[in-house]
Amino acid sequence: MDFTFSEEQEMFRAMFRDFSAKEVAPSAEEIDHEEKPPLEVLRKAANQGFLGATLPEDYFGAELDGVSYALLIETLAGDCLSTAVTLATHVSLVAMSILEHGTDAQKEQYLPLLASGEAIGAFALTEPDAGTDTTALQTRATPPTPPVGGGEEGGVVLDGVKTWVANGGIAGLFLVFAAAPGGITAFVIEKDTPGLTVGYREPTLGLRGVAINTLYLENCRVPAANRLGKEGEGGDIAQQALHRMGITLAAAGLGVAEAAIDAAAQFASERVQFGVPVAKKQAIQNYLADSLIEVEALRYLVYHGAWLVDQESDLTFDAAVVKAFAARVARSVTNRMLQVMGGYGYMEDYPMARKYRDARALGIIGGPTELQRVAVAQRIMASKDVEIVP
Amino acid sequence: MDFTFAPEHVALRRLVREFAENEVAPLAMEIDREGRVPFETLRKMAKIGLLGVCFPQKYGGMGAGETGYCILMEELGRVCTSTATNVGAHIGIGAMSVYLDGTEEQKQKYLMPLARGEKLAAFVLTEADAGSDAAAIRTCAVQDGNEWVLNGTKTFNTNGSFADIVTVMAVTDPTLGARGGMTAFIVEAGTPGFKVGTHENKMGIRGSSTAELIFEDVRVPHENVLGKVGEGFISFMKTLDVGRLTLGAACLGGAQAALEASVHWAKTRKQFGVALAHKQSVQWMIANMATEIEALRSLVYRVAWMVDTGQPFTQLAAMCKLYGSEVASRAIDVALQIHGGLGYTRDFPIERNFRDARISEIFEGTNEIQRIVIASNIFRQHGVRIRP
Repeated sequence: MDFTFSEEQEMFRAMFRDFSAKEVAPSAEEIDHEEKPPLEVLRKAANQGFLGATLPEDYFGAELDGVSYALLIETLAGDCLSTAVTLATHVSLVAMSILEHGTDAQKEQYLPLLASGEAIGAFALTEPDAGTDTTALQTRATPPTPPVGGGEEGGVVLDGVKTWVANGGIAGLFLVFAAAPGGITAFVIEKDTPGLTVGYREPTLGLRGVAINTLYLENCRVPAANRLGKEGEGGDIAQQALHRMGITLAAAGLGVAEAAIDAAAQFASERVQFGVPVAKKQAIQNYLADSLIEVEALRYLVYHGAWLVDQESDLTFDAAVVKAFAARVARSVTNRMLQVMGGYGYMEDYPMARKYRDARALGIIGGPTELQRVAVAQRIMASKDVEIVP
Repeated sequence: MDFTFAPEHVALRRLVREFAENEVAPLAMEIDREGRVPFETLRKMAKIGLLGVCFPQKYGGMGAGETGYCILMEELGRVCTSTATNVGAHIGIGAMSVYLDGTEEQKQKYLMPLARGEKLAAFVLTEADAGSDAAAIRTCAVQDGNEWVLNGTKTFNTNGSFADIVTVMAVTDPTLGARGGMTAFIVEAGTPGFKVGTHENKMGIRGSSTAELIFEDVRVPHENVLGKVGEGFISFMKTLDVGRLTLGAACLGGAQAALEASVHWAKTRKQFGVALAHKQSVQWMIANMATEIEALRSLVYRVAWMVDTGQPFTQLAAMCKLYGSEVASRAIDVALQIHGGLGYTRDFPIERNFRDARISEIFEGTNEIQRIVIASNIFRQHGVRIRP
């Protein structure tokens, strides 16, 4: 075991901090208040190679290792969780799925577009009646007659409604999951494909910079070349993507919790009540201490999970553990840190209220905590020969 | 012991429930989005006597006592925390301070129109450097003949921007501090030098107004001293005790609404082939929530009974506020989780409730201050005097 960062990781971290302080922090409030996706930040992130963070250099990616990527997301999330989740959706859910499951032709066609930011990736899995239960998809992928794509075999027609499509409103490329005759199947669909329409933007409590939209697929013809993986492999592709995303979101939760502690500690050092800075009060010390204890526990769960991504092991269990814990820590820490700031924490002129609203999303997006608990219970009970279903 | 409500309170709840459902609930989303105070609702409440629910009839009130007031706050809190906040600031601390400490003349002149809802009140205490440490205020009042001259800036004043009558605390003898050095005054809007400053942009209760109030050489006649000169701090703390209890009642309503919404959604929403109600994780959430709500309900109405029967209640009122705000926050957090992504959007009331509920752990004395009140009461009984 070795708990130190490599020189390269240290260097990256310094670079991420510099970028985030200069480019992300100043726009965070505006992104939230005006519900504006961070397009300007994404352009600058693209110049740094962040939009292809974990893609190989062959596809113009930055080829970051898992831990460095976690450090990137953690850092961005400290300043703006919306920006971190937008980037994480693009990289962890979309780009990495194409890298892992795409044909050479698909990788050559799409990954450079994603790495350069020419196209932002969106992930379309959830449906009105398939939220936690992503196996209950109603969106259909049916073979047309005659076959689409100029006689090419295997094309399909997609029909259905996808909700909570992260990055939906800003995407050039959609990773869509639909029920085909052979089971759930993944498709990479370009934005200007006829039959694909981006609709309603969700007015969210937090993460107001993330364009979460409804996606309508009406007689949307998709050639076989756009199918990702084999027919019926979509369920596994989605699960693997969600596991990667779970670890990435946990890194984001770590970032927002750390930043909240830093801001509240600063406030506690300056705010004088009863003749002393409130930091001198034991109740405030306890809020800070309990928060930091949780953050330190989360930190090593996150880096461990991020390291596991590079070991190409099955992430089902570890991703569930770290995501569930991160959601809890991000919530409890932002809640306590808001309390440290009292009335000022409740005002939108300070970033704490935004962090509190943002952090709450982590208990829901990427699969709710309840589902992660099921995954953890499955692991425990599998060793006792008991099969657990959600 | 008798745990049933009196017939007049049962009737009051019926009236208030109907009013809340028909007049308050339909506006809740709109006033949050537009960040506006629902004056039309307040006017309607005034018309049916609700803005003076707890005050004696001889002062223009309904005479339903503290229990009646808690019923009102519970039912308002169940549908709209902003409206409950406007009403609580008016009745529970604004008008209440005049009721508790006013002279007969002051009650006739000021409480009467407030209880009838012809005028609206605010309670003005907090300053930029005096939040939890309310005794650190710097707004001062200097006597000049038969008048007092007020100078200072007050922050976070609920209803302050539109109130017709405010009760404000100022330092009248800097050498004496909280015990003896502070005095409460009744100030009318429109008094020269009394101005509204900046408005706060809050995360929640956006249908209530929170503003800065500026006092520049504001001249107040001596007859507007509320209570005795030098006893303002004690008098304001007494008023806050009542406010805390009824804030607990509003939280009870908020938590109850979260439970009702959760049960409804758990019945309706199917995942994995069954309604969520059949999942034990959800059942536990509902069971815990309902248990806490019942404990809170008993606490709130027991303390209301104590107030109505003249028993000391300071420590228990602090518990109502502390426990009530935490129960409401937990219940709404769980309700949001049960609703999943939909609970996270502004299309469902849970989202607003989540933002609204969080203030109750902060205002009218942070929960940390409530714990100090409770602990100092307990330790005092054991001969230990603790300081915040």
